[in-house]
Amino acid sequence: MQMVCTVATRYEVNNLKLHYDVSGDDFTRAGEASGAIKATLKRLGFPADVIRRVAIAMYEGEINMVIHADGGVADVEIEPDLIVITLTDRGPGIPDVEKAMQEGFSTAPETVRNLGFGAGMGLPNIKRYTDTLTIDTEIGKGTCIRMTIAVPA
Amino acid sequence: MTVRDLITDLQLNPLVEGDLGRAVTGGYSGDLLSWVMGRAKAGDAWFSVMGNVNAVAVCVLADVACLVLCENAALDEAARARAELENVTVLRSNDTAYALAAALSKRLERIV
Ligand SMILES: Nc1ncnc2c1ncn2[C@@H]1O[C@H](COP(=O)(O)OP(=O)(O)OP(=O)(O)O)[C@@H](O)[C@H]1O
Ligand SMILES: [Mg+2]
Repeated sequence: MQMVCTVATRYEVNNLKLHYDVSGDDFTRAGEASGAIKATLKRLGFPADVIRRVAIAMYEGEINMVIHADGGVADVEIEPDLIVITLTDRGPGIPDVEKAMQEGFSTAPETVRNLGFGAGMGLPNIKRYTDTLTIDTEIGKGTCIRMTIAVPA
Repeated sequence: MTVRDLITDLQLNPLVEGDLGRAVTGGYSGDLLSWVMGRAKAGDAWFSVMGNVNAVAVCVLADVACLVLCENAALDEAARARAELENVTVLRSNDTAYALAAALSKRLERIV
């Protein structure tokens, strides 16, 4: 994974934008982008609970891009009161989003199931840990998942 | 109780030592990673047989107190290296997840 961090800070935490390429060939490395975001949020002093929710939701999305879509890109916007994560891939798309959102639904291949993935809990986890979640997907074109987490005052 | 107490009380074998002074506030048992991320709580001791690099990533992201490999499950080399890098505590035992979780539960009840 390559990390291209564009830091557009005018004030301390305002409008921090980070961009990551998530490579599709090596999912033992997936989690690097969410790990980096976790470290950044910690350094900026965000509450532990918010950091944990962001880290888990982003990891689930990241690992999905690696397993199901041959990689993609992650964009994270950090504001003092809101964290926005956008994950975009050019994978196969999700034929039935409602079905994919159900706990236990998974098309993960046997090889990754042996590593502990494929419980069909990733998207439900994202839903659980975020405040808003939108999934735009087109068969054969790709998927864009946007999630936001509000930071309690 | 701390991770250090857990090691002593449950007679665990430390494979990678992170923050041993960290408080253990509960436990979670399971091997499916997304299940763990959805259900485990920060500060839990996580009982599993999953000793790969992704399990270590889950420890970091879910913020568990430590990973306890049950029934002598293997910690692979990449996972060990990642745990050292990320300061994740990995422990191991001969016992089953059931036995270990039951022992932890008893200890925590006594403390509360
Ligand atoms: N980015 C994506 N591109 C294409 N399909 C996807 C994508 N993300 C999810 N899916 C589809 O949605 C299903 C459910 O995803 P979810 O993350 O809930 O479970 P999983 O990845 O199969 O297993 P787990 O996350 O528990 O390891 C996947 O099995 C896959 O079919
Ligand atoms: Mg998933």
